[in-house]
Amino acid sequence: MFADYSLAELGSIFVMQGFAGLILFSVFVLMALGLAIIFGQMGVINMAHGEFMILGAYVTYFTSQFFLNYLPGLFGAYFFLAMILAFFAAGALGMAVEWLMIRRLYKRPLDTLLATWGLSLILQQLYRSVFGPREVGVELPNWMMGSISVTDTIEVQINGLFVMGLTIVITVAVALLMYKSAWGKQVRAVVQNRVMAGAVGIDTEKVDRYTFGLGCGIAGVAGSAFTMIGSTGPTSGQLYIVDTFLVVVFGGAQSLLGTIASAFTISQAQSTMEFFLSGSMAKVLTLLGVVIILMLRPQGLFVIKVRR
Amino acid sequence: MSSQNDQSNKFSTTRRKLLMGIAALPAVPLLASTGLFSTPAMAQAPATSAVNTTGLAVTDTEVTVGILHSVTGTMAISETGSVQAEKLAIDQINAMGGVLGRKIKFIQEDGASDWPTFAEKAKKLLVNDKVAAIMGCWTSASRKAVLPVVEQYNGMLYYPTFYEGLEQSKNVIYTGQEATQQILAGLDWVAKTKNGKTFYLIGSDYIWPRTSMKIARKHIEGHLKDSSVVGEEYFPLGHTQFNSVINKIKLKKPDVIYAAVVGGSNVAFYKQLKAAGIDLNKQTLLTISVTEDEIDGIGGENIAGAYSSMKYFQSLDNPNNKEFVAAFKKMWGEKTVIGDVTQAAYLGPWLWKMTVEKAGSFDIDKIAAASAGIEFNKAPEGYVKIHDNHHLWSKARIGLALPDGQFKVVYETPDLIEPDPFPKGYQ
Repeated sequence: MFADYSLAELGSIFVMQGFAGLILFSVFVLMALGLAIIFGQMGVINMAHGEFMILGAYVTYFTSQFFLNYLPGLFGAYFFLAMILAFFAAGALGMAVEWLMIRRLYKRPLDTLLATWGLSLILQQLYRSVFGPREVGVELPNWMMGSISVTDTIEVQINGLFVMGLTIVITVAVALLMYKSAWGKQVRAVVQNRVMAGAVGIDTEKVDRYTFGLGCGIAGVAGSAFTMIGSTGPTSGQLYIVDTFLVVVFGGAQSLLGTIASAFTISQAQSTMEFFLSGSMAKVLTLLGVVIILMLRPQGLFVIKVRR
Repeated sequence: MSSQNDQSNKFSTTRRKLLMGIAALPAVPLLASTGLFSTPAMAQAPATSAVNTTGLAVTDTEVTVGILHSVTGTMAISETGSVQAEKLAIDQINAMGGVLGRKIKFIQEDGASDWPTFAEKAKKLLVNDKVAAIMGCWTSASRKAVLPVVEQYNGMLYYPTFYEGLEQSKNVIYTGQEATQQILAGLDWVAKTKNGKTFYLIGSDYIWPRTSMKIARKHIEGHLKDSSVVGEEYFPLGHTQFNSVINKIKLKKPDVIYAAVVGGSNVAFYKQLKAAGIDLNKQTLLTISVTEDEIDGIGGENIAGAYSSMKYFQSLDNPNNKEFVAAFKKMWGEKTVIGDVTQAAYLGPWLWKMTVEKAGSFDIDKIAAASAGIEFNKAPEGYVKIHDNHHLWSKARIGLALPDGQFKVVYETPDLIEPDPFPKGYQ
């Protein structure tokens, strides 16, 4: 398929394709981080993850509408405020859900799957009733659209760069929070041995609530960022849930590093195969590869030893 | 007049009916002015025993029809418009005195974006409620699920969506376009005016895009001069990452991108095309899956410059359409947009009414037999007519997407295109 092209063209295609893979990688990391925290650190299988993302997307939509109508001069900067609002909205909903539902289910982790699945259906219908069944179009500031031409044939998408930057910032922030802060130490202590952590005076309930809220908040930010590349509607969250779980489970649930490694592997595999094969075939082969690797290594790519 | 008020009181028990009641208010003065005429017309309404020999839900004053769409689940995004259009049509018909002197009452069921549910609800409407017709279904999958039910229990389904063809039933009237009506004229147009020689086909991975692309490929390779397909791609439903295929498109440099991507993927596809620096004002893109409804989610600025091949656009400039758009917005709000399928759904109740009046009966067999040749002059898309094969004669139109989310009609076929659900040489 490359016979008809000059070396320069081929070179630029490889650069572009590499960049496409990196964007996909960032998207995967961003959508999986929140779930990795909740699933990995707390063992809660949060099927409503996509709906928390969409809450962030709706918050972005309403923020953009607000700026359009009342502060048109500052429209170029609304996205940053929208992401912050999305974080707090999704995080607050997450903490409320934790308090109402999840905390009663910590001893029955498999039941969280059913409960959060029900929650996702409830949230979908709630969005549909409140925001309407139709998709909404989120208007972006001009500077976020289009691409930068590096050479004649190499173009770099601005929203791709934005997602990458955001992913790096959030990943670093989460890593610092988890591994450098006192609160992170408490979270890890609760994960490794809940009873002992309680015995040394850590308020495990509070840690749980904030951890769940943090995971949901990050999902909200991801949803906010994805208004640039995807749709915003009551059921749009469903578009992300499969890939998200794929990344987290494949990476090994308890490890943030695993999540990143797995997002990288899956995104590069999928993006490369999509280029050489067709879209559906790439998906089939990616899933097949993941299934085979998980059969050989059920705990995922990376594992931390945890005392159960 | 008082009977009309009693009726709306009775209806106001549920919110849905209340909505209908509110929407019916504008019709009240209209009724009052024609009241003198409508009363004797009512009196002359033919006896129920004569117009209903098979036990359908027809009384001396009312006839019941079913509305069967998804108002929950993924498809609610698309099917909402159809429900709104059908309710509007029913409302307008009632304001004119109904069908054979009987007011139309509707029972709405929710298919919930789940195909077995559609079949179950269709059976409920036909067996329990004995509805005289069903306005419903949207996806091909839901229609395929409902088809055996309407055939077994001998119902009448008015199906609004443009679809892949390869189907024909005594019990279904297809008010949308079958594939050849939508595809061929559009390809001819793009080949001629845009000098398109190379085509890149891209669609979602299920029956409608695949069948449509098959027809498109046959037409491009067999009927257009020295044209070729340089790529054909399908993506799973719900796919949201199109950067790789966009790179492939950049590599192949096709004259025309021919797209049939649906649902949430549609939004992602156009947003990413735009982000990747593909300017649709320079790169010709012709789609068969984007109407005004979809642009709501995609955002006008992301798709401006693309061409869409449909039979109806909200911006169509004719008196029928102006009236229709005004009535629709009055009933459902100023911001609502009207897409191709919404208009086709609006035709359903009207075509059924005219068929019933021509047949002089609500009996399904008589309606099925009388359908061919029914003409509707007041259709928003212009004049339509039912063919012997139960599809509609209709025009094909090309619209240019504008940043405000509307289309500018740039081409329409001079004549109505004959529906051909089993096109020879295209299968």
